[in-house]
Amino acid sequence: MAIVFFFYLFSIVAIASAVLVVTARNPVHSVLFLILCFFNAAGLFVLLGAEFLAMILVVVYVGAVAVLFLFVVMMLDVDFEELRKGMMNYLPYGAVIGFILLVELILLFGTWNLSPDLIAHVSAPQPDNITNTEAIGLVLYTKYVFWFQTSGLILLVAMIGAIVLTMRHKPNVKRQNIADQVARGPATSIEIREVKSGEGI
Amino acid sequence: MIGLTHYLVVAAILFTIGILGIFLNRKNVIIIMMSIELMLLAVNINLVAFSSALHDLVGQVFALLILTVAAGEAAIGLAILVTYFRNRGSIAVEDINLMKG
Repeated sequence: MAIVFFFYLFSIVAIASAVLVVTARNPVHSVLFLILCFFNAAGLFVLLGAEFLAMILVVVYVGAVAVLFLFVVMMLDVDFEELRKGMMNYLPYGAVIGFILLVELILLFGTWNLSPDLIAHVSAPQPDNITNTEAIGLVLYTKYVFWFQTSGLILLVAMIGAIVLTMRHKPNVKRQNIADQVARGPATSIEIREVKSGEGI
Repeated sequence: MIGLTHYLVVAAILFTIGILGIFLNRKNVIIIMMSIELMLLAVNINLVAFSSALHDLVGQVFALLILTVAAGEAAIGLAILVTYFRNRGSIAVEDINLMKG
């Protein structure tokens, strides 16, 4: 009974906050509702028995992605009211297409059944006596290590790309040039001059 | 009792809201990217629901990969957005026509 209650609680809050993400006037509110939506999705994951993924969702989405969004929204000085103009013109098209898609998806999900012999084709069965985190660790670093390393590579490329895109050197700022400092020797830095007595240089 | 279908319907509704968000906020790139995040979240819910229903861990491993791609996509997208705003002083999608594509 508790599972039913929490399922409806999490899913209703998640859907309501998702609606507010796309309709909120202030983008900062949108980001905050996105965070709420992710928290409730993490709750749904816990109900499904995927605790590890739920915690990763909170850490990655709330801790990194949403904060990144918040940072960019607050940093850019944009007139968001200007961007909202004409929003109502697009509402009918969006509503019609979204409604058709939703009806199709629900018809699809409501009328099908899993094949009974599908259980025989499970490739990484969840063991009963160990926790979800341990079970994922047992397959992620052995059977799916290539995927794991590929996702690491994706993160590396994303990091380098973000740094390259946003780094900029201002022209009038003095910077330390270590190569110049190391290459400097007596020949380039010391000058011997004849100074006459009683006069300056 | 809560079954697989309930989770799939929630994911379908979230996915539809994401698509609706792209239609509604056609000028605001930041909200469009948040809508894409919502759609990826819906896909993740689908994968985890199937993984739970079949007692198969591959769905959760795949959801982990989608999480990684979503994080990378958000980082790169926002970096492009910041660079674009620095150059043009605007983030309206309609102004992004420098390459005449």
